[in-house]
Amino acid sequence: MKSDFKNKAFDYTITVITFILVVICLVPLLNIAAVSFSSNAAIMARKVLLWPVGWSFYAYQAVFKDMEMIRSLFFTIGLTLAFTVLSMFMTILAAYPLTKKQLKGRNAFLVLIVITMYFSGGMIPDYILIKNLGMLDTIWCLLLPGMLSAFNLIILKTFFSNLPESLEESAFLDGANHATILFRIVLPLSTPVLATLSLFYAVGRWNGFMDALLYTTRNDLYTLQLKLYQIVYNSMSLEVSQVEGSWAGDLIPESMRAASVMFATVPILLVYPWLQRYFISGVMIGAIKG
Amino acid sequence: MSDYGISTTINKKPSTKIKQKKGLGLYLRNNWILYLFLVLPMLYFLIFKYAPMYGILVAFKDYNMFDGIMKSPWNNFATFKEIFGMADFYRAVRNTFLLNLLDVIFGFPAPIFLAIILSELKYRRFKKFSQTVLYMPHFLSWIIIGSISLQLFSAQTGIINIAVTALGFEPIKFLTNRFSWIATYTSLGIWQSVGWNTIIYLAAIAGINSELYEAAVVDGAGRLRKIWHITLPGIKPTIIILLILQLGRMVAIGFDRPIAMTNNLVIENSDVISTFVYRVGLQAFQFSIATAVGFFQSVVGMIFLVTTNYIAEKSGEQGIW
Repeated sequence: MKSDFKNKAFDYTITVITFILVVICLVPLLNIAAVSFSSNAAIMARKVLLWPVGWSFYAYQAVFKDMEMIRSLFFTIGLTLAFTVLSMFMTILAAYPLTKKQLKGRNAFLVLIVITMYFSGGMIPDYILIKNLGMLDTIWCLLLPGMLSAFNLIILKTFFSNLPESLEESAFLDGANHATILFRIVLPLSTPVLATLSLFYAVGRWNGFMDALLYTTRNDLYTLQLKLYQIVYNSMSLEVSQVEGSWAGDLIPESMRAASVMFATVPILLVYPWLQRYFISGVMIGAIKG
Repeated sequence: MSDYGISTTINKKPSTKIKQKKGLGLYLRNNWILYLFLVLPMLYFLIFKYAPMYGILVAFKDYNMFDGIMKSPWNNFATFKEIFGMADFYRAVRNTFLLNLLDVIFGFPAPIFLAIILSELKYRRFKKFSQTVLYMPHFLSWIIIGSISLQLFSAQTGIINIAVTALGFEPIKFLTNRFSWIATYTSLGIWQSVGWNTIIYLAAIAGINSELYEAAVVDGAGRLRKIWHITLPGIKPTIIILLILQLGRMVAIGFDRPIAMTNNLVIENSDVISTFVYRVGLQAFQFSIATAVGFFQSVVGMIFLVTTNYIAEKSGEQGIW
């Protein structure tokens, strides 16, 4: 009896703790959503907690009227799609040959690739390279430098090498060559891992900020995150500028900043629940290898 | 000369030579496609990964943008001597280590606790729901998180300080006071990653033999005891290897997170190696200094990685190679 009670008490505590953590997780987003829909007066009067006070759509009107935001959104969507296709193409091309044990030079290739995971030229040499290739301020600097992730490559290679060899052997006997095998046999069997890796690439590109910051100055090449950074950060928050004693400058109302954040976040939140399980299975495959 | 290189040398056995060449020819005929596939990827690695390594030379020269790397004059280690005399450099290194250390001390145990809690949850639907919510911050970019934090932690209108002042305290300057900032930085890091990092631990916990638990119940163990004596030891290998990997990355630090959270008031603590390189290199255009610092980081980072990997292998766990 007593242990039964202890068990129940334990379960209850665990559930409460988890619930609290879930709430803590959600509070920031609820708050930002609330601020984005609130009137400025209410925000400054410190009345806005988790629900809008003084309902106002002014902030969203401003955001949706901002053509640069809209353009940045569509640009980033298109960029993400193109990048994902390109990256998956390269990753598949690289992973398949590296699973073939008979490939001469296989170890050399693998070593070369693994080295790049642990050592790189650095921010400045990368910048100099992009500059010398004439890719600054073009779409190529957002597509090419990141298009092959060695980490994703290893995940795919591991998956390919776990496919039964007999399939390929019988295909060879039937007169198929490697290209046929790859496209007709291996890829159709790999759809889960292909989906997962596509999502890894897509999320990485969608959240990508640093390369756009470093390599682009043209407005129409700004990724969504960079655009958000400019809106939110280049107008300093009220208190920072006050403490610094600097001029208030072009202050953007809190509600507008919050609306911009929501604009950049909602797409992910909409898509995320459906895609969640692909990410988890990808982590598992990666973890088993690593 | 045919493909099958029939040798006319007296000493060689013609049949073996034919066999070798035949083998190579056959091999190439069957596998040339593989090499074709590898052309583009290898070009990628050569151009975008190995070519920049050549750019490290900038650290050893007085780089002039117009002369390019080749024509800029060598200055041997003068740049390195310069950075080792810069207070800002030491500050960046110190901050990098400090913030990473705090991430290890506070951010490393958190997913372990959470994973254990989640694994003990009885109600499956609630568990799935909780996991979905808890993984979500991992997918938000640091710009989004930083923007949210500017509002959340605002001393005047932020919800947290509203609560703090409602309790009668002075508002806390989370983002503008150097020391509170460090706590905010670390906490947000935990918020962002704790859920996602439970995945590996949950998988490890699932791999523990359930007979151990049953035997413990027979011995009269309660829930906490089972966790302490079975769950934790069961995931110890995972914990150790992940800890070692994280320690191996002590010198590395991302760019997005510090940049998203920094401002001029906390820069004494927020300037890390990555932001230093950005500031000095791409904003002030002192390429040689920035490259030297980056190179320093790469080398020290490699030393850390190799050392911690060595320790990992010695302790019986599989290394990362």
